[in-house]
Amino acid sequence: MSEFVQVLLSGLSTGSIYALAAIGFTLLWQAAQTVNFAQGEFVVLPGFAVLVGLKWFGLPLWASLLFGLVLAVLVLGFLFKRVVVDPMLPNVGLPLIIATMALSSFLKEAMKLSYGAEAQPFPDLFPQTTLDVAGAVISVQDMMNLAISVTIVILLTLFLNRTRTGRCMQATAQNPAVAQILGVDTQRMVLYAFLINAALAALASFLISPVFLAKFSNGEQLGLIAFIAAIIGGFNQIRGAIAGGLLLGVLDNMTATYVTAQYRAAVPLVLLIAIIMWRPYGLFGTSEGRQV
Amino acid sequence: MIDVKLVQNWLGTAALCAIAMAWVTPAWAQDTVKLPCLCELSGSGAVSGTNYHDGAHLAVDEINAAGGILGKKIEMVDYDTATDPQTSRALTQKAIDAGAYAIIGTVYSGSTIVNMLVAKQAGVPQFTGAEAPVITERGNPYIFRTSSSAAKGLPGLTAYFQDTLKVKKVAVAWVNSEFGKGGRDAFLSEMRKAGITVAADVPSEQGQVDFAADIARIKRANVDAAFVYVNEEESARFLKEARKQGLTIPLVGEVTLTGQKVIELAGEAANGAIAHVGLTSEAPVLAIQGFAEKFRKRYNRETDHNGIKGYIAVYAVKYTTELVGKLDRQALTDKLHGLTLDVAKYPHMLLTTSWDDKGDISRESFMTQVKDGKQVVIGTVPAN
Repeated sequence: MSEFVQVLLSGLSTGSIYALAAIGFTLLWQAAQTVNFAQGEFVVLPGFAVLVGLKWFGLPLWASLLFGLVLAVLVLGFLFKRVVVDPMLPNVGLPLIIATMALSSFLKEAMKLSYGAEAQPFPDLFPQTTLDVAGAVISVQDMMNLAISVTIVILLTLFLNRTRTGRCMQATAQNPAVAQILGVDTQRMVLYAFLINAALAALASFLISPVFLAKFSNGEQLGLIAFIAAIIGGFNQIRGAIAGGLLLGVLDNMTATYVTAQYRAAVPLVLLIAIIMWRPYGLFGTSEGRQV
Repeated sequence: MIDVKLVQNWLGTAALCAIAMAWVTPAWAQDTVKLPCLCELSGSGAVSGTNYHDGAHLAVDEINAAGGILGKKIEMVDYDTATDPQTSRALTQKAIDAGAYAIIGTVYSGSTIVNMLVAKQAGVPQFTGAEAPVITERGNPYIFRTSSSAAKGLPGLTAYFQDTLKVKKVAVAWVNSEFGKGGRDAFLSEMRKAGITVAADVPSEQGQVDFAADIARIKRANVDAAFVYVNEEESARFLKEARKQGLTIPLVGEVTLTGQKVIELAGEAANGAIAHVGLTSEAPVLAIQGFAEKFRKRYNRETDHNGIKGYIAVYAVKYTTELVGKLDRQALTDKLHGLTLDVAKYPHMLLTTSWDDKGDISRESFMTQVKDGKQVVIGTVPAN
């Protein structure tokens, strides 16, 4: 039982980080009706920005994290929207999706060229100690990752549902034309969605890099899992992205521990097929209307 | 009467043949000795490949500064396989077409198994850093190792499990690649002979980032120690996860687990890890320490065993070619089988090294442990 709790918590911890990345897919789908195939690289790049702050500028860890967060919001939020998305907005759909694929390759190669192909060590944010809870050895890092991710998701949900700006963002996502008639600055709301996505990606990067290490190619796997999580949960619902991320994290750990390690990589895809057959709009998704 | 047109055609054909002959002139007739470096400079094998590449280039510069091989300078062109076997195969052909005298690389077993067939067909000797036993079991006379295979290295490790750790039950965590499968099979065979029970068999994927479940399975098996046979980056992630989950049993590896890059990536989590290594810059051997110092000075970082492998690969080509007395691929191949290069006479080999008729290597090796963030030699294993 203690081992089960440990595996479950470990899965929830990793899954919660996948959820942060998956929420980004949902946000951008609502804001620009596009799938951002560079989302994996968005989760990797801020980690390298932190290393630049630490090693090149000699900043302390907290300042480097702040530097990484600000840089991510500026580059992966503001610049991404202005340079890549805005010029293509008249051609939403496939051209924009292909543009994000190109951006994915560009970011990956840029990270490789500037920081090398090898994995880089990333400082631990939390003590590498364990707690003994009723016989189960619980990692403090796992607990903290889970707690931070859950807190961020709760804050985001409160922001979207309880604040005027959040409601304006929801209105923009559901029907931009009507929202504009009602006086909502829809362009600003769309920009907010991009900035929030970049901030979430940066936070996911800070939590996952101490375990996965900072490597230019990590985004391939992270992006794929977050994409699958968003589809499983329902691409147009934040709560769906959260559920999808947590489900994949737990299922991956449970499968590898109790069933088979050889086929663990296939599990998310099998689950994806099963859920798409059963509920084509995902666990929490809806066929009509969109909500953030 | 002479048919002028026919003569012109013959002359044209002859000229084309002459140009074609010049194009495919063998390496040994060229002004330089072409030693292409076929390495994993990107992808999941970048750590190993980059070190192998850097060690090889260090040797090339030293040899060229000292006059080259038989008076000819070495020309080393880099071919990045991106750790992809099919890419490595295509690049092997490209290197051979460019006139390779011998090929330096690849390091990953999965790539070497594929690309060595191309080198074999062309009769080009190849110096690999790969360690999967199967590489030298396929009757390829042109393949030569620069480090021991898992099958040769593991008997030394078995004694450590049996006599020093006195374990009864072990777990084996291995990467699902040619390298990992080779090591895992050799380990299972050794444990069977030693009467030690393998209670958990835990495979992982190349490039895997999450080892939480792997560690949970090892903990569940309630074993006395675990044998970890994965690549450098995965070793670091494994050690970090083991520390995160409070796994306290001895973690023992073959070659990679105590490597410099692993220590750098895993940080404090690497402390206590134990490994049998064929080569280490921390070995109590003056020549190896001298090489490590040269490497540090040039690249501003520490080398791992792959750096040493790349270095001795190039020197093996130089020394053996000079023994043969001519730049001849076949003569080089034939000479290497059964050859011993004594370090007293050939100092840049760093350790006395022998190759058998299959291309397997034999030399002294070391038991190492990570203490306070440094790899420390805790024992020497004689050549077998």
